[in-house]
Amino acid sequence: MRIRLRTLVAASGALALSLVSGCAQGGAAGSSAHTVTYWLWDANQLPAYQACAKGLEKENPGLNVKITQLGWSDYWTKLTAGFIAGTQPDVFTDHIQNFGQYADLKVLEPLDDLGIKDTDYQPGLAANWVGKDGHRYGAPKDWDTVALFYNSKMTKAAGLTAEQLNSLSWNPKDGGTFEKAVAHLTIDRNGKRGDEPGFDKNNVKVYGLASNGGGFGDGQTQWSNFAASAGWSYLDKPRWGTKYQYDSKTFQSVVQWYFGLAKKGYMPPLSDYNVQSNQANTQVAAGKAATAFDGAWMISTYAGFKGRDIKTALTPVGPTGKRATMMNGLADSVTKASKNKAGAKKWVAYLASDACQKVVGRYGVVFPATKAGTEAAVAAYRKKGIDVSSFTKPVADKKDFRTFSYPIASYSADMTALMQPAMEDIYGNGKPVSSLDETNEQINLILSQ
Amino acid sequence: MTIASSSPPSRLPVGGAAKARSKPRTRRTDVGENRGDGRLAALFIAPALLGFVVFLLWPTLRGIYLSFTRFNLLTPAEWVGLDNYVRMVHDPIFWSSLKVTVEYVVINIGVQTVAALAIAVLLQRLTQSAMLRGIVLTPYLMSNVVAGLVWLWILDTQLGIGNEIISAVGVDRIPFLADETWAIPTIALINVWRHVGYTALLLFAGLQAIPGDMYEAARVDGASEWRMFWRITMPLLRPVLAVVLIMTVIGSFQVFDTVAVTTAGGPANATNVLQYYIYGSAFGRFQFGYASAMSVALLVVLSAITVLQYRLTRAGRTDLG
Repeated sequence: MRIRLRTLVAASGALALSLVSGCAQGGAAGSSAHTVTYWLWDANQLPAYQACAKGLEKENPGLNVKITQLGWSDYWTKLTAGFIAGTQPDVFTDHIQNFGQYADLKVLEPLDDLGIKDTDYQPGLAANWVGKDGHRYGAPKDWDTVALFYNSKMTKAAGLTAEQLNSLSWNPKDGGTFEKAVAHLTIDRNGKRGDEPGFDKNNVKVYGLASNGGGFGDGQTQWSNFAASAGWSYLDKPRWGTKYQYDSKTFQSVVQWYFGLAKKGYMPPLSDYNVQSNQANTQVAAGKAATAFDGAWMISTYAGFKGRDIKTALTPVGPTGKRATMMNGLADSVTKASKNKAGAKKWVAYLASDACQKVVGRYGVVFPATKAGTEAAVAAYRKKGIDVSSFTKPVADKKDFRTFSYPIASYSADMTALMQPAMEDIYGNGKPVSSLDETNEQINLILSQ
Repeated sequence: MTIASSSPPSRLPVGGAAKARSKPRTRRTDVGENRGDGRLAALFIAPALLGFVVFLLWPTLRGIYLSFTRFNLLTPAEWVGLDNYVRMVHDPIFWSSLKVTVEYVVINIGVQTVAALAIAVLLQRLTQSAMLRGIVLTPYLMSNVVAGLVWLWILDTQLGIGNEIISAVGVDRIPFLADETWAIPTIALINVWRHVGYTALLLFAGLQAIPGDMYEAARVDGASEWRMFWRITMPLLRPVLAVVLIMTVIGSFQVFDTVAVTTAGGPANATNVLQYYIYGSAFGRFQFGYASAMSVALLVVLSAITVLQYRLTRAGRTDLG
């Protein structure tokens, strides 16, 4: 019996050990001196970066890049878990939204020795990835801007030409020609347009402008282009500001006007929007909305809507006399706990080089951060029959356009957690915009810690 | 095998010197074999005990400790005393989350228990078909996330087939998951749909234990089905019903996945149930100390409710026999 017991104990011990070591092996995510593990979230971009990896491997025999693609929602949860468990990748695609948080948590490796120069990339992209401490934590990878996607069949039926749609202007008082166009594109159940007498705002068949929800604290594809073209900025400083400005009267007047479009029946109410089932692009695809503000990362999605003949227009001119769009750029970051920092940095340097970015550009799925990479992407989109000038003009033309970054500050997750319900309360429950004063105070209190 | 070879004390020798002399030897053997049993028992208990300590006891104790700290998981925890609890008491979102959670539990458990009881009684009194029992259980075979997504698509205000039908019959579309008033009842009913079959089967198993002759006797006395339900079924099912209630209430308080996929806590915190708020604070905002404090509060609330339910329903006693 004793022998049996011992055997049993030994066997279970061995099993437990093998499980633990198995986990450890799995946990290391295949990292070694010859392998670099890399995570990204966009499945469309996977083939482009696989091609880049082959390029690096050719230049560095013996070095192997292992790419893992994870969906956006799983990506950040798994990355966080990876940081905690020590199973993080060597290199990962980073978003400005999470940059501040990861920099504060000190999980990123400084990349100062890569010699990244601002001038090698589109304006502002490289500078955004320098932390509060003055060290660089990301190498510019790509960029995106926002434009107005429109169903050209609907605009044609409404008598609106591409030229007219590209010369719209707006103001927070009467909405300008932009609101007039959106009203005209709106059609109720009885076929009456939004600017016609007898229009039934409670029974709308096609909305002039699609809804992308309340927009959290950034309003990237909602209200941000309006607020910026009215002269407003998220923070008191372009980078690492210490005070948010949601209490600004300018900002609040923009928000009041923007969500007011829903009250007038030109934009769906918040209750029609759902982040899972009914985003702006779905509304356009379903023929429930004629136009939608959306980002460059959605170009291929909109182009694929059969029978809709989607085209794009520039964001409208605001009270400052300029058009505005957020210009957000992703970067590649190296994790501090990487087991192969030398290999990881080599890969990041290659990802940030013209050699790789031109390859990525040729796939026509994203605008790479270098100028040559962007040109390659524009050519690739053109080859597919897609005109992307509404997205590239704001980057090239600084006279007529204002581009701004996603808010770069610490505690961005706290800001989002407070701003999301605050904006939804205004949009969905009719709460006054002045309620943002209190929310702003709460956010700034956290920021002052 | 071991149990059979060791005699219980009552079977030990009852008289005679030879037999008496053999007593110590027998005892030694007993003790020795008992030791063997103990080790074997310990070995068999070990995996469960290890699981209990590693996955329940230790995390609970550590969670309680962390609730007194400021902790972001990646840097060492910093002791802050009762700060997290003070913040919790003054946090309006915590209280609104608790209120929303209670609202969800009341609707979810109320509707689910009544519906499950009705299904269980119908299954027992009308049919013994195993196929029907299988059909009743079908929604439970689906994962919560899939069920949530399917209902989200059905109920979408603008595009959902449910709202298309509502609109086709001339009624205004209902923002089931996008309106403050509708969202919680809708999520509660989605989960009723998924869990009612399972709950009904648990109750059905309880009904099987009620002796059939009681119903026969009642029928002889001229009792109606309604009367038999209230006078026989309900009193004798009470202990099972109580246990089912305790289990489902605890499960209901932990609602998370359906909220995560259908509303993500919105609109404007209207469905930000406690578990979702805890998750967001911990994994979104890296405030593990505060999230732990709220988890401890949830533990206290659930323990209190469970004890209260146990007492009120006399779950440990049966009226049978």
